Amino acid sequence: MFATKSVADDLATAPLKGRSLWADARARFFHNRAAVTGLIVLIAVACFAIMGPFIAPWNNEDIDWNVLGNVQTGGRPSLETGHWFGTDALGRDLFARTVQGTQISLLVGIVGALISVIVGTLYGAVAGYFGGRIDNVMMRVVDVLMSIPYMFVLILLLVVFGRSLFMLFVGIGLVSWLDMARIARGQTLTLKGKAYIEAARATGVRPFTIILRHIIPNLLGVVIVYATLLVPSMIIYESFISFLGLGVQEPLTSWGALINDGAAEMTNGTLWMLTWPLLFFVITLFGFFFVGDGLRDALDPKDR
Amino acid sequence: MSFYILKRLLVAIPVLLFLIVFTFVLMYAAPGSPFASERGIPPAVLANLQAQYGLDQPFHIQIWRYLVALVTEFDFGPSFIYRDQDVNSLIAQGFPVTLTYGFWSFVVAVLVGGALGILAAVRHNTWLDYLAVGVSIGAQVLPNFVLAPILVLTFTLWLGWLPGGGWQGGQWQFVVLPVIALSTSYMASIARIARASMLEVLTSNYIRTARAKGLPARRVILRHALKPALLPVISYLGPAFVGMITGSVVIDIYFSTGGIGQFFVASALNRDYGVMMGITILLGALTILFNLLVDVLYAWIDPKIRY
Amino acid sequence: MSLLEITDLTVSFDTPDGTVKAVNGMTLSLEAGESLAIVGESGSGKTQLAFATLGLLAKNGRAAGSIRFDGQEILNLPEAQLNAIRADQIAMIFQDPMTSLNPYLRVGEQMAEVLMLHKGASRRDAMTESAQMLDAVRIPDARARLRMYPHEFSGGMRQRIMIAMALLCRPRLLIADEPTTALDVTVQNQIMDLMGDIQRDFGTALILITHDLAIVAGSCQRTLVMYGGRVMEMGATDDLFEAPSHPYTRGLLNAVPRLDVPQEMLQTIPGDPPDLTALPAGCPFSPRCPIRHGPCADIMPSLDGFAARRLRACHADREAVT
Repeated sequence: MFATKSVADDLATAPLKGRSLWADARARFFHNRAAVTGLIVLIAVACFAIMGPFIAPWNNEDIDWNVLGNVQTGGRPSLETGHWFGTDALGRDLFARTVQGTQISLLVGIVGALISVIVGTLYGAVAGYFGGRIDNVMMRVVDVLMSIPYMFVLILLLVVFGRSLFMLFVGIGLVSWLDMARIARGQTLTLKGKAYIEAARATGVRPFTIILRHIIPNLLGVVIVYATLLVPSMIIYESFISFLGLGVQEPLTSWGALINDGAAEMTNGTLWMLTWPLLFFVITLFGFFFVGDGLRDALDPKDR
Repeated sequence: MSFYILKRLLVAIPVLLFLIVFTFVLMYAAPGSPFASERGIPPAVLANLQAQYGLDQPFHIQIWRYLVALVTEFDFGPSFIYRDQDVNSLIAQGFPVTLTYGFWSFVVAVLVGGALGILAAVRHNTWLDYLAVGVSIGAQVLPNFVLAPILVLTFTLWLGWLPGGGWQGGQWQFVVLPVIALSTSYMASIARIARASMLEVLTSNYIRTARAKGLPARRVILRHALKPALLPVISYLGPAFVGMITGSVVIDIYFSTGGIGQFFVASALNRDYGVMMGITILLGALTILFNLLVDVLYAWIDPKIRY
Repeated sequence: MSLLEITDLTVSFDTPDGTVKAVNGMTLSLEAGESLAIVGESGSGKTQLAFATLGLLAKNGRAAGSIRFDGQEILNLPEAQLNAIRADQIAMIFQDPMTSLNPYLRVGEQMAEVLMLHKGASRRDAMTESAQMLDAVRIPDARARLRMYPHEFSGGMRQRIMIAMALLCRPRLLIADEPTTALDVTVQNQIMDLMGDIQRDFGTALILITHDLAIVAGSCQRTLVMYGGRVMEMGATDDLFEAPSHPYTRGLLNAVPRLDVPQEMLQTIPGDPPDLTALPAGCPFSPRCPIRHGPCADIMPSLDGFAARRLRACHADREAVT
């Protein structure tokens, strides 16, 4: 008979969709064409930065004396001379210099983002978790710091303490953790009310253990998204400072410095000096933004 | 409301003081004397110079004098490099320029960006929406120092329509490129924020209520959706202002407009601490003041904010 | 002629996961001044039915069939013509009073604009009228309350404001979508009493959408039970509660906790609400039905009348449902 099959049997045979949160997010991310394209671009740029020095026929510091003096013609991008991207105004190989600039810019971007994410997340999580007066004071400090034109302060720091790469890392990272702190605090406030946090507290787990074991891991999604979006702004900051000539110093270089050099030579008909670093700058930023957006959509489906 | 403004002002003052003291300490702690760049100065002359600028005094006297001069006479102190100029005269020279193109950049960014974002949300998934999204994505990767060379390349070198630098007392031809270069990325951000928040507001329950009341679409948008949709934009005005002030440095350098950014970079390269400190404090004060205005505007629109 | 005549209404949504069929061939009619409860669990399509009536479906929603109000076809009417009917002829009260009022506008503004728009009233008259209506829904000190913002009211108060706002134009039909779900139990009773009084005093026809059988009993003349976007059964509320003719209604009634009958455990209906992207060809309730047999899974039972104005859609004999 038809009616003999019980409802329970029916339910048992129904397909169960039991994928984990992260697997789900991964699937959503790889469905996003822009995000996947961005990821491929970023991998390509990273390969360029890592492999570049091994395949470049020229060193980034050496001056090609054959080119010096007639950069407009001799320094053109060409396969024969080995200057694939041409040379800069001093006859140095632009390919090697772009590789070097890419390394520095990516490094500053990633290290700066890491510093600001770590500082900001911890700060925000602590403020949000303890709440009350501690939260009030801590967030007031953030408000105060936010209303300061940090870039000027950063330049001040660079001038006073010398323009080292280390100072650039620390400075850029330290002025950028404020947003992260706010985001982390907001998320912590909503997490704090969750039953498993209450349970941990009720069983006597120490506050900092709760923050590290229960709060921070749950902030991870937001943090990853924000960090991905933070890297390009770090790169922009660094390029901005280097564009002004206050960032990395010769013979080191970065995208900002290269763009500045290229822009200065623009009227001499040596446009390649501007376009190559500009190209790398632009596609990398695109890559980070697309990957960041893709991650946000993947990790926070309600946002779609 | 006035109590609220007063309260915010009372918070702003210590912030400003903190900024002044912080910069001063930084300058004081800086290795070497401000005159160290001039090598070979006889010790006697150096001591004279130090005394002339009051640098031989103990720290607390120095900072007190600086503060008093600043508060009572708006005197930002001397430049240590250009003996014949003080910071005030540099500001008087450069600030009107910065203010002019800064103001127009701000207006363009807010009006164009806001309108584009709102219209894109209202006409969701039409060509206008796609255009707005495309522009805002594109402008994200074109910060002012990237856009400036591109603009000059296009409008000055290729098309020859506009001058690629100079100021000439602020004639419009000289203002256009700086304004575009400075405002574009903020315009794009504002458009993106306005679009996202408008889209969210349009799906909210109270908009459904407004539609269920039979209100025409125009009234639903203008009267019920616009205010809440603009709140995130207003929150962004503070950071946008800071960003534009910072960006003005690039504009001054690249377009030789002669604003205060030019003096700032020059002083940074020359280690002219007096000028750096003065400009940082001036711009910091402006930023704090502007944030105060934004807070008041926000509180005025959002009834849930308690004064 | 009935006030509201819905025939073979379907509502579906295009989503990335496929087409969601929220309403599948609904038919009902409502007389002027009559009160009807539409009962069903979440996902049964009852809210979308209401939204389709007022043209408030989400952008990806499509409605087909017919909805006639006072003889006029109103389904998929152009926005401008719908706007003339909304609030003026058919008003709606929403589920969540906390978010259904605009938090950035004063309550008085939000109420007055309805009268200014539909009745051409002056601002002053509209305000006076609004104050009177707040009075009618028993909000004390109405005049002063007009100048307040929604966040200054409690949830129950806000729902009263929503009711007052809905009644401003004396609509002929009031659709209340779960008006008490978001409220405390004591407040729920006050609001239901108020709706009953209002409906009687104003002579408004009422459609009460709810999942809560407990509030239906005292408040509506007729009850319609919905499942999977279809009518399962319909009849006078008392008859239906007395002698349910559909296994789903029976399940719902069993699930209501009762104080008068000793019960060991609260009964539930086993299984999950239907997957609206993949409904069975036959009766949507069949996968969970305890008396399911031969044709149930493949053939949709027709909605047949029996007794006094009762309808049921079930292949099983009426006697089998007990």
